[in-house]
Amino acid sequence: MITDYFILALKNLRKRKLRAWLTMLGIFISIATIFVLISLSLGLQNAVEEQFRQFGTDKIFIQPRGQIAGPGTGGAVELTKNDVEVVEKVIGVKDITWWIIATGEIEFKDEKRFFNIIGFPLDQSDVFIETGFYKADEGEVLDEEDFGKVMIGSQYKYNNVFKRPIKERDIISVNGKNFVVEGILESLGNPADDRLVYMSEEEFREITEIEDRIDTIIAQVEPGEDINEVADRIKRKLLKSRDLTEKTRDFSILTPEEVLETFRIVLNIITAFLLGVAGISLLVGGIGIVNTMYTSVLERTKEIGIMKAVGARNSDIFLIFLIESGLLGLVGGVIGVILGFGISKGIEFIAINQLGTTLLQAAFPFYLVAGSLLFAFVIGALSGALPALQASKLNPVDALRYE
Amino acid sequence: MTEIIKLKNVAKHYYMGDDVVKALDGVDISIEKGSFVAIMGPSGSGKSTGMNLIGSLDLPTSGEIYLDEHDISHLTESELAQIRGKKIGFIFQSFNLIPNLTAKENIMLPMLFQGLEKNERESRAEELLGLVDLKDRINHYPNQLSGGQQQRVAIARALANDPEVILADEPTGNLDTKTGENVLQFLENLNKKGKTIVMVTHDSKLAEKHAQKIYWLKDGKIEKVTRKEKEKWKTVK
Repeated sequence: MITDYFILALKNLRKRKLRAWLTMLGIFISIATIFVLISLSLGLQNAVEEQFRQFGTDKIFIQPRGQIAGPGTGGAVELTKNDVEVVEKVIGVKDITWWIIATGEIEFKDEKRFFNIIGFPLDQSDVFIETGFYKADEGEVLDEEDFGKVMIGSQYKYNNVFKRPIKERDIISVNGKNFVVEGILESLGNPADDRLVYMSEEEFREITEIEDRIDTIIAQVEPGEDINEVADRIKRKLLKSRDLTEKTRDFSILTPEEVLETFRIVLNIITAFLLGVAGISLLVGGIGIVNTMYTSVLERTKEIGIMKAVGARNSDIFLIFLIESGLLGLVGGVIGVILGFGISKGIEFIAINQLGTTLLQAAFPFYLVAGSLLFAFVIGALSGALPALQASKLNPVDALRYE
Repeated sequence: MTEIIKLKNVAKHYYMGDDVVKALDGVDISIEKGSFVAIMGPSGSGKSTGMNLIGSLDLPTSGEIYLDEHDISHLTESELAQIRGKKIGFIFQSFNLIPNLTAKENIMLPMLFQGLEKNERESRAEELLGLVDLKDRINHYPNQLSGGQQQRVAIARALANDPEVILADEPTGNLDTKTGENVLQFLENLNKKGKTIVMVTHDSKLAEKHAQKIYWLKDGKIEKVTRKEKEKWKTVK
């Protein structure tokens, strides 16, 4: 019986094609928008979580507070070698490394550019390489004795940084000092990260004249230790050595899980806001359905009378109209999902090819597709509920007389 | 003879602002099983209201209506719908086919509302289209059919659930004389096969030619009742 109503509803919609299309326009634009937003937001979340997983879940990051825009941008507070020594001695810390970041002048074949450079202790390069999950695409990553050498981000391989691509064993100059390119890294996914130049801490301090400052200390936790307990221990030791209390604490201690959580919250807020905006357009689309269905009920008053005369109950009439409006929503949803899929893929394509980031990848889990379709059907049915109720309550005598 | 439909002291009043329009005012009508009855009257006589009540499309303001000896004057609208869908077949002056359904689908509609299976509906619809001689128009839409053909589809639809009563409201009003005559001949044949026919019309010649009993309505009341006995019309009331 329900299948017959679906066929009946389809026939009715096909008879008023243009109107049906115009009504669905409002639905499929908003469903497509919602689909794109969720799919990209999920994709972004997946990509970021993947990156964090690469960092490993056994690392604790210690940074000074009050940095304006990430490590290296400066602030009143600085971490130094003293702090490294304190952290190193905390029970549960297996290994330790750190880095300093600054802007450097990079020169290659008479061209000069300014990019961020990073210095890290070569004798702790194992931990550093593992922490950043660095992999050499060409050549090798920096090892313990690799003074006078640098490893560089993947962007230098292409000619969009310098006119000519840099190759392994080329010589570049950083702040006037020459380095041999030991390795070119695989892409980290983010263009800014892929333009970094890495070198030994000693040479970094020599060419930047930064004496003691350390931007980030990374402690690796012993296997089997609770990372949160170790983080807490580090915090207490550092407070003591820096002569501070919890209230005056000037450094932050982050575990990957915490960072990820913060990121998730921010992303969810942004997504929720955008969905709210898209929701308004869906509401407008729903009102379009209400309008169309009311017109349809009015036009088909006589038809309703005939159906009642031949035995249709109120509930039959209600269902016929409800399914019809639900179909408007559903078909609008199908088109919206297809459209949304195309747009998301398009954005992903542009992100990878034009912006060089692999972070903005669209994700299409089954529940997103099914959910969008169900949602569209429900919106359609809800919008049609009132007109359908009105249709079902028509008095058959009056309806039959209607011309 | 048993009565299939009986109206007992039935009144139907419409309220228009402060005015009361007495469309029907204390009417008794009884329709015997297997008879051919005409409801006659000029426009405004209340015959349309009468038809709506006989066809259980509407409920009376007062009085009782019996369909197959059950009082239907207090049923809900959905209960009425089920009963009329099963026991009464309608034929309208303007055919009232649903324009975006084919001839076959129009005939299947009343069976759909009675919950019949699809293949059952289809075979019965095809059989009925054969009965009204429209087998070659199965998948035609109403606007592809002539008036006479449309009325035959409507008759087939009225017969869909094999109802006991066929209620025809000015069935020839939109047809030329010859086509109209065919339609009425068809109704007479149905009557001979045992169907009860109730025809509402303003055409006394038509009524007297085909019916066996005529209720003459005027101003919401029954003016007289005549009955055909041995080809002669006699006033019985």
